[in-house]
Amino acid sequence: MSTGPGEVWRQALDEGRLLLQRAQSSGTVIFPPRLMEPGTGDTDLEWIEASGMGTVYAATVIARKPPEPASNVVLVDLDEHVRLMSRIDGIAAEEVRIGMRVRARVLTEGDEPLLVFEAV
Amino acid sequence: MGGTFPRGAASIAGLATFGLGAMPGWTSIELAARAGLAAIADAGLALGDVDGLFVCLPDDMLGGLAIAEYFGLAPRFTDCNRTGGSAFMSHVATASIMLAAGYIDTALIVYGSNQRSGGGKLATPVKSNRYEAPYRPIFPASSYALAASRHFHEFGTTRAQLAEVAVAARGWANTNPEAFAQGPLTIDEILAARMLSSPLSVKDCCLVTDGAAAIVLTRTERARDCPKPPVPVLGAAAATWHSAISQMPDLTTTAAAESGARAYQMAGVGPGDVDVVQLYDAFTINTILFLEDLGFCPKGEGGRFVEGGRIAPGGALPVNTNGGGLSCCHPGMYGLFAIVEAARQVRGDAANPIADVEVALAHGNGGTLSSQATVILGSTATL
Repeated sequence: MSTGPGEVWRQALDEGRLLLQRAQSSGTVIFPPRLMEPGTGDTDLEWIEASGMGTVYAATVIARKPPEPASNVVLVDLDEHVRLMSRIDGIAAEEVRIGMRVRARVLTEGDEPLLVFEAV
Repeated sequence: MGGTFPRGAASIAGLATFGLGAMPGWTSIELAARAGLAAIADAGLALGDVDGLFVCLPDDMLGGLAIAEYFGLAPRFTDCNRTGGSAFMSHVATASIMLAAGYIDTALIVYGSNQRSGGGKLATPVKSNRYEAPYRPIFPASSYALAASRHFHEFGTTRAQLAEVAVAARGWANTNPEAFAQGPLTIDEILAARMLSSPLSVKDCCLVTDGAAAIVLTRTERARDCPKPPVPVLGAAAATWHSAISQMPDLTTTAAAESGARAYQMAGVGPGDVDVVQLYDAFTINTILFLEDLGFCPKGEGGRFVEGGRIAPGGALPVNTNGGGLSCCHPGMYGLFAIVEAARQVRGDAANPIADVEVALAHGNGGTLSSQATVILGSTATL
């Protein structure tokens, strides 16, 4: 193995792809990337491509130092049943709602690939 | 065998706080050492009696070694365990078991921080992980804000109910000479405060102060010969379900549901037996979550439970009777101050004494609702 699973994930994101891991025996989907299924220790993990669809689980609007506008930080539950932190782009921070359906988008920010979401 | 605890075998024999508020010109280790010396004196023991050292300092991950050197001690055991602000509750568990086993004879648990005078911000070496940091959450406030947002969504909890928590804490602080934040505070004032990370305003956040605390534990039969009433440790349990907030299984239920249940079982008591409650209130939502998870009200009812001054002076359940992290002090890791206040209530020498306290609970929180640890203290009548 040339790199750890965290780097495999990052390189895929760099190509615009959102990968998740799935434990083959249990079917459990895993994020963040790991070497084994949490809890069981099973190492039969395979990479799968995420659908990119999810639902906002929790949301906060963060006041930034002016003139930077307020921005949102959310937790998104992907349809594959994993949770991750992200941001909803394309609408005002105050418009983000728990329960909102969102779609993943990969952009580049500060030379790094960044996973964000947009309302659908 | 897992889950057993030497109920009442070890007792808090001495305690102290020092420098709560602003202490310019003092370093963290000086504040800690001063509290440590005072706690040893309170126990009627000598510095050289200490053979187990449990230490957190904000600026030194090996603070236990630094304190050993500072005091000129060569302890049998030194612990720099870091599980966030709940570390001290874990220290109590470790020290109690070591004392009961005869591994050590006298434990000193000590903490000091000059974060207010030293930098004016929360002093923590912890930060968001690589999967969270790019979104620039305020660490740790936004994690707690996310939990609050979920509690609002699922249970209809309101900002006014969060504000009740802060108003109650201020009520206790106003009659505690040690408390840093004093003066009138209203729900309307909190609702009008500047938003930090919604739904939490700056008034929903704990203080940034300096301060130090220390406790001395020894075997209960020896503590009975010390000058102050012994405060036996009836139970101490810790639980961790996640580290990063994005990996918390359910943002409205913390691992306090586990640490509390195990501590109650060790102590042989339930929430109905607890006379006074000390909860790590880094943010107003914490108090609501922990009241629920520790069984003082059903899940989801915490917001309604705190309404009408129920946890304020004169209310049905005395919570954070020193003013808590919201109004008494918060030098960065508050857990030890919760333990000190719980022990003072059992001894009867708290600034806001509650009558006839037989059982007191101190609950610590660490990380982003990640580490939960519960200590249950009793009077000698509970043995």
